[in-house]
Amino acid sequence: MKFLKSLLTLLVVVIGVAALIMLPWPALLALLVAFVLWLAFTRRGRQTASIAGIGVSTLAQRLGSSAVIVIGIAGVVGVLVAMLSMAQGYADTLRRTGGNDSAIVLRGSSAAEVSSVLTRDDAVVIAEAPGIARDDQGKPIVSRELVVAANLPQKNANDADDLGSVQLRGIGEEAWKLRPNARIIAGRKFQSGLHEVVVGKGAQRQFANLEPGATIKLGGQPWTIAGVFETDDALESEVWADVDVVGPMYRRGSSITSVFAKLTGADAFDGFKAALTSDPRLQVDVDTTLSYFGKQSEQISKVITIIGIVVGSIMAIGAIFGALNTMFAAVAARAREIATLRAIGFRGMPVVVAVMIETMLLALIGGALGGLVAWLVFNGFTASTMGGGVGQLTFAFKVTPALLWTGLKWALAIGFIGGLYPALRAARLPVTTALREL
Amino acid sequence: MKYFHLVWAALFRRKTRTILTLLSIIMAFLLFGLLDAVRTSFAQVGQSAAGAERLQTGSRLSFIQTLPQGLGAQIERVPGVKAVTYANWFGGAYQDPRQQVFSFAVSPNYIDMYPEIELDPAQRKAWEADLNGVVVGSALANKYGWKVGDKLPLMSQIYPNKEGSKNWSFTIDGILHSKDKSNAFLDGMVLLHWKNFDETTPYNRGMVGWYVSRVADVNDADRVAKAIDALSANSDHETKTMTEQAATANWMKQLADIGLITGSIMGAVFFTLLLLTGNTMMQAVRERTSELAVLKTIGFSNASVLGLVLAESLLLLIIGGVIGLGLVSILSPAITRGSGGVLNLPTVGASSWLLGVALMLAIGLVIGALPALRAMRLKIVDALAGR
Repeated sequence: MKFLKSLLTLLVVVIGVAALIMLPWPALLALLVAFVLWLAFTRRGRQTASIAGIGVSTLAQRLGSSAVIVIGIAGVVGVLVAMLSMAQGYADTLRRTGGNDSAIVLRGSSAAEVSSVLTRDDAVVIAEAPGIARDDQGKPIVSRELVVAANLPQKNANDADDLGSVQLRGIGEEAWKLRPNARIIAGRKFQSGLHEVVVGKGAQRQFANLEPGATIKLGGQPWTIAGVFETDDALESEVWADVDVVGPMYRRGSSITSVFAKLTGADAFDGFKAALTSDPRLQVDVDTTLSYFGKQSEQISKVITIIGIVVGSIMAIGAIFGALNTMFAAVAARAREIATLRAIGFRGMPVVVAVMIETMLLALIGGALGGLVAWLVFNGFTASTMGGGVGQLTFAFKVTPALLWTGLKWALAIGFIGGLYPALRAARLPVTTALREL
Repeated sequence: MKYFHLVWAALFRRKTRTILTLLSIIMAFLLFGLLDAVRTSFAQVGQSAAGAERLQTGSRLSFIQTLPQGLGAQIERVPGVKAVTYANWFGGAYQDPRQQVFSFAVSPNYIDMYPEIELDPAQRKAWEADLNGVVVGSALANKYGWKVGDKLPLMSQIYPNKEGSKNWSFTIDGILHSKDKSNAFLDGMVLLHWKNFDETTPYNRGMVGWYVSRVADVNDADRVAKAIDALSANSDHETKTMTEQAATANWMKQLADIGLITGSIMGAVFFTLLLLTGNTMMQAVRERTSELAVLKTIGFSNASVLGLVLAESLLLLIIGGVIGLGLVSILSPAITRGSGGVLNLPTVGASSWLLGVALMLAIGLVIGALPALRAMRLKIVDALAGR
């Protein structure tokens, strides 16, 4: 019998937590409304509300032990949301880089731009494909691009020889039309044919001395920085220069790594891809930039998410024990009170629900606090990684409402488990024993 | 020590509470152990004794830029250099273009430079005789079920072969084992012959990705590195030479700020733990006010009451912490085995234990301090009267 009961309790825990995690917010809201109605309009509900009222009103007197639940859960939610916001920010930065209406062409089965090689002739053939948007003069908006890695001295380095890797992208004339979101925020664009570069805002944050007018060494030769650009995406971590100057400098001749094309619309992609993949002169992979950059981020954001969830789970288990501890103590302290209530006719159910309400309320405060701290500290926090490509990529952590909601759900789940067992104990305690207890 | 049973009895006065608190502490130290293992494993990459003797020479322009093969002979003549080897990044992927394996095209003496690699002499001989042969790391061999004699198809993400196809096929001639389990990277690589690579792909033409040289005297490494870089100064292939340790540290720094991430998580964990156990201790002492008064009445001095309470909180932390770190020692090899070498969690090292024990003592003292002071200042009369 006892075994059956504990099995039942475990089942309730599993169902409750699963419901919290699985159900979309409208369903949870409906449940909440139904619960409030029950509290307000049924006899049991009103009994519950009055017991919960007593519990909540005495919370302030038990500030220390209530804080254990709040802070414990805030810690879990804060760490979880921070880790997830890192994955989110990284994925968003890369996904923003692409769109449905532009395409990237790489040599067949190249995992990334750097490992692809195309010839100038390939680029000419690609530019003739159908579905490419044209500019005012009727020229197709296609950019031949060459991505290489370059070493630059890092900011905050111990010595000037502390080099970091940056992605250097040689771009064609049409690149600026292809990426209307690229704006010059200081200085001017580079002039084609000259040893001039524009540096991204992200690269500027990461490497030393990238100011307009300054001279840097790339490929063993001095280059003048013409200006600074921003794109609000992954490209911002790069340095751009004329593709026809970068190629010879890096001993690539006229070969390139990729061709970007602006399409007339998202629906033009299938025709564009079909034309290129069936062309016997080419052996290429064609992808929308959205899908290409999305894929680049997949692995790393998955790894960060998994780490976040593992760390969060271990912390959550610790927090559950903390919550159990506090609530057992709270219930024990009120044992006589609860027994009195039951002696004058209150049933077990309202007692259980009232203790649960109290715990969930504390958990909710903890979750909100943790989310708030994560948002205040980490929203917009910039970090950089080399994980995805050949250059450092700067990205900002992004605490989204969806992540905060995830954090709150974790908080409620912890509160649910941490409250249920003490609540059951409160209801099961024999009235006579409890009344005699000091 | 004679009061140990007293402390023990006080600790388990309320079993549920103590056990729940212990479980929280165990969880905190479990997390600490895992994170610290990750942190140290990142910090220790390339910090072996053999690694200190090795210098890495790569292009100053960027890590994807290659160097001429002729430079090797020049480096060999630099005073203080014992031996030179070279390698190229092959960029191999197995089965799926995204499933990358660390694969390098290396010169014949590459393995001699890494005394931490173990390769059966017979297998080594077979590999040296077989131009199209490869040797593979044991972790990879276990993961994919490769055996000596198997054909190994690899797709290079960069280099096509003579037919213009990027699908290469090799024969597995041997399995590499790393002597030092902490350097798991060595167990996860595929080595092919540089000569085979250079002759087969039309794109390389005698270029080398990087040189590794061994110096005769570790203390002389800085001077040798400068001398190597001077060889190519002002040429079109300037080099940058660093010790293996410095190169790896530079790489890790660019990869991610592991220290910051693990540091902030641990900060959050221990802050939470401090509050949680601190509250428990306060509660425990408050409950026992009258008992403590009795102890004082029968002659325990203020100092020994202070000591008793402090010992109790220290004991709580040490039991929880040791179990937590012990769990990591059991768990991490299990995870490593379970993942087939993909996830390589090192076991808790001596430094982690040391740091862990220091943390246990510090936290134990901090959370014990307040209740202990309270217990010490207790006035017998007030406490017994329940005031």
